[in-house]
Amino acid sequence: MNRFDYVRPETVADAVKAMAGGDARFIAGGTNLVDLMKYNVERPGRLVDITRLPLNTIEARDGGLSIGALVTNSTVAYDDTVKARYPLLASAILAGASGQLRNAATTGGNLNQRTRCYYFYDEATPCNKRQPGSGCPAIGGVNRIHAIFGTSPNCIATHPSDMCVGLAALDATVRVAGPEGERTIPFGDYHRLPGDNPERDNTLKPGEIVLSVDLPDEDFGPHHTYLKLRDRLSYAFALVSVAAVMKLDGDTIQAARFALGGVAHKPWRDHEAEAFLIGKPANQETFTAAANIVVAAAQPQSENAFKVELTRRALMRGLSQAAAGTPQSQSDKRIA
Amino acid sequence: MANSINTSGTDTYVGTAHSRVDGPAKVTGQAKYAGEFSAPDLAHGYVVSSAIARGRITALDTAAAEAVPGVLKVLTHENRPRTAWLDYNYQDQVAPPGSPFRALYDDKVHYSGQPVALVVAEDFDTARHAASLVKVAYEAETPNTDLAALQDQAYVPPKKRSGIKPPPEPWGDAVGAYEAAPIKLDGRYHMAVEHHNPMEPHASTVVWEGDGKITVYDKIQGVSNSLGYIIGVFGMKKDDVHVMSPYLGGGFGSGLRPQYQLFLAVMAARDLERSVRVTLTRDQMFSFGYRPDVRQTVSLGAGEDGALQSIRHEAISGTSNFEDYQEVVVNWSGVLYDCPNVALDYRLAKIDTYTPSDMRAPGAVTGVFALEVAMDELAHATGQDPIALRLRNYAEKDRTQDKPFSSKSLRAAYEQGAERFGWAGRDPEPRSMRDGRELVGWGMATGIWESMMQQSSAQATLTADGKLVIGNQTSDIGTGTYTILTQIAADALGLRIEDVTTKLGDSKLADAPIAGGSWTAASSGTAVMKACREIAAQVFTLARRLDDSPLANVDFERVVFKDGHISVAGDPSRSIAIAEVLKAGGMDKIEATGSAGPDSNHSQSFAGYTHSAVFVEVKVDEDLGVVRVTRVVSAIAAGKILNTKTARSQILGGVVMGIGSALEEESMLDHTLGRFMNHNLGEYHVPVHADIHDIDVIFVDEEDKANPMGVKGLGEIGIVGTAAAVANAVFHATGKRIRELPITIDKILA
Repeated sequence: MNRFDYVRPETVADAVKAMAGGDARFIAGGTNLVDLMKYNVERPGRLVDITRLPLNTIEARDGGLSIGALVTNSTVAYDDTVKARYPLLASAILAGASGQLRNAATTGGNLNQRTRCYYFYDEATPCNKRQPGSGCPAIGGVNRIHAIFGTSPNCIATHPSDMCVGLAALDATVRVAGPEGERTIPFGDYHRLPGDNPERDNTLKPGEIVLSVDLPDEDFGPHHTYLKLRDRLSYAFALVSVAAVMKLDGDTIQAARFALGGVAHKPWRDHEAEAFLIGKPANQETFTAAANIVVAAAQPQSENAFKVELTRRALMRGLSQAAAGTPQSQSDKRIA
Repeated sequence: MANSINTSGTDTYVGTAHSRVDGPAKVTGQAKYAGEFSAPDLAHGYVVSSAIARGRITALDTAAAEAVPGVLKVLTHENRPRTAWLDYNYQDQVAPPGSPFRALYDDKVHYSGQPVALVVAEDFDTARHAASLVKVAYEAETPNTDLAALQDQAYVPPKKRSGIKPPPEPWGDAVGAYEAAPIKLDGRYHMAVEHHNPMEPHASTVVWEGDGKITVYDKIQGVSNSLGYIIGVFGMKKDDVHVMSPYLGGGFGSGLRPQYQLFLAVMAARDLERSVRVTLTRDQMFSFGYRPDVRQTVSLGAGEDGALQSIRHEAISGTSNFEDYQEVVVNWSGVLYDCPNVALDYRLAKIDTYTPSDMRAPGAVTGVFALEVAMDELAHATGQDPIALRLRNYAEKDRTQDKPFSSKSLRAAYEQGAERFGWAGRDPEPRSMRDGRELVGWGMATGIWESMMQQSSAQATLTADGKLVIGNQTSDIGTGTYTILTQIAADALGLRIEDVTTKLGDSKLADAPIAGGSWTAASSGTAVMKACREIAAQVFTLARRLDDSPLANVDFERVVFKDGHISVAGDPSRSIAIAEVLKAGGMDKIEATGSAGPDSNHSQSFAGYTHSAVFVEVKVDEDLGVVRVTRVVSAIAAGKILNTKTARSQILGGVVMGIGSALEEESMLDHTLGRFMNHNLGEYHVPVHADIHDIDVIFVDEEDKANPMGVKGLGEIGIVGTAAAVANAVFHATGKRIRELPITIDKILA
């Protein structure tokens, strides 16, 4: 682990200022950054400890809910308002990591966690995300956990978060502050595809800090689910996950949104497939057709072709669960 | 039980569920592990690992690392002190034939992750930081790590590995009988490479005692192996090296051979003449031994009634480019079932990795998986119940050694396991059982492991306060050895268990072998029993000589050691406290050693094995490929059970590890880089709580006479067969025969 400077500002403005110079990193829960420093993947010259910033509350905003960047994953998952109004978010959070990690990990940190690609973590191997231009051995290498959507010849890594998949389906927005002031980023624009710059995970500008994640004023009642499929029944990253919300009028779908995890460099939305669902009857035929639209865009790697079919089936099941109002339990591992 | 330890015929502690005597020390943090010992001048080493799998180091730039304040030295092949020249000096007790790996030996790179430098600094963080500054330039060659592509280069190992039986000569005409058989089955089987991943990473703390003497705390399953290695490699005198390994945080075989962190720590300590500790990272735990890649073919020929007519079992195992690692993979197919025509073949092919190493039930886990899935296929093909098929082909003797079994209660294990599981309620038709959306499958398999004993000794010291201290060099690798030896000693002398202390893992104690092969209970247990019986004889002799001895004119055979007293059997009035005997006799202490080894008469006449019958229920969400193991019954026939609690723990652990093999564990090699890529516990999946449900363990009665206690050993049998039972249950649930482990979602969907 490299030597580094350490500062602990008290205000957002000071935190943003402390980032000047290029090789500084914000640290809050540290559940990912400290690991990355131990692996020499991150070698920050300065750590800006933001845990004293006033970003640790969940509050009502514009009829929705604003979750401060420093609120821990556990606090969000067990918050009464979140459980009542945004149960999908609580479920997605509880599908990830472990109790101990969720107690330390923050909302902002979850957004900014790095991929779990083996090669990215292994300094002994090339990786365009870690070292731009060095190559991507995951392409043609060990890639059963890698992306099937939105990949580039430079990178096939996935975003590992569960929470973000839920936030994408909920159409959250991310409020950020930076040297040029505050702005709001729709969740779908927050993370990016690798393209020619796989080293960039998101669209934050230099020095920008996440202030909060804001949820719109919406209520899907019981019509939601977070379905996560992985290599063991707990404590593993998603091979494929589905976050879905739906509004029904009788059997007819009035509104539906879904996002997929474990399959792309960002939570994967397919607006065409979502639009297809509107006005259709909530049945297997509809869900199958929507799932087929989604996977038509898939481009699997040498070892992960199974993810295409798994995505199709997971989506069909997830949409069924949401429509039926029987969301997947995160404690009973039997899939509903 | 027939074989009681106490001469009264009944034991107080042996056979009970006594809790671990080292439990309080472990749960309060008092138990110290190799990487936790310290010294006032302790320096810390951090290993720099090779980025390439094959080639040579062309340049090493250590200047930046050496410039970091607190760095004491960067050891590389260019500046290392001299060590022994001959392979012989590097060969440890369980080394396979070949040239053992030598860390920092020269510029050659034999495998990815090979240590190429050791940075030694005043503290760990400095060493780790400085290690990141070491620049290594390589001339890389294309590595060969894909065993599947190298099978045509397979060879019969020219030199046999000591202690590993090669396949027996074939008997009958397996090919002809196969061709003639009305039922023919031919399958290829494979299980993924696995790494042991004990919770405690490997570590060695070498304390510099001055005058060239060192005390070494090593993560090793037997201090004698580290001691011999250090003496051989560094040319040290036996008296100058003291090795201790009081506790292990799991071994599973990874601690059988001295590993490179020991070599590096000793080398650095001698070079710097100060104490040095080297602890490997979790990633570096993937840079030495592992359960090898083995490609297997099993061909079964049988009659319509399922009677086996031909078994052919062939295996090609990966080994390193420098050693011929061998384990017993195929022989089990000649032992488990009675078949007139059998041909077994085991070959190796070299790949550019470190040498594989023994991992819990080495070879048996692999070979029995293939055989027991094949037997399930035969049951299905002949429309028979899987247990009925196995009983039809039940072996009454070991054809591979042409000997009867010393004992074999497998029949009882089938019966009792089936009854507990409710096997009779199974609809044999695949896909016939459901629980809501999930398909339910019931599968079973047989397990087998050789019951072994090694030459071992133990020491015992009884002091005038009535306390007994026993011990030897063997390690308690978490199996409960401290506890069972304490129980045996307490019962042998009729002492309260609180008055007995057991010391293990110290090279100054009585000679004992490494802890492996499930032989420790039989070997060290018998030695302890003998040492304590020798103490008993001496105490008796002393007691009888006392004035007004209550034992006057009584023979040894008539006295009983019980409750801290020696008494005349049937006459409790004639009794004297053991502590009183020593005091009255003017003795501070009585010492004795006991030694035990395999009974060669018995082993020439009988073959010894433990057996198991494993029953598994799975529930499968077929659409999504998710398999849950909801119930396991493991019925074990393993001779006398010394402690029902630690014994059960061994089986539970074996079953959990077997479920890991079946569904999750896989070390993934990138063949372009020649490197294991998922080298951490986030991406190398072992079972977590959510994966494990009810596990029911049954010990069936079995009397065995291979050793005086009738003990067979339990460390490995719990894992053998478990993965096959899971795979067979998955077939019963889904109708899909999966011959490749782990059974992950993609294989169910395929």
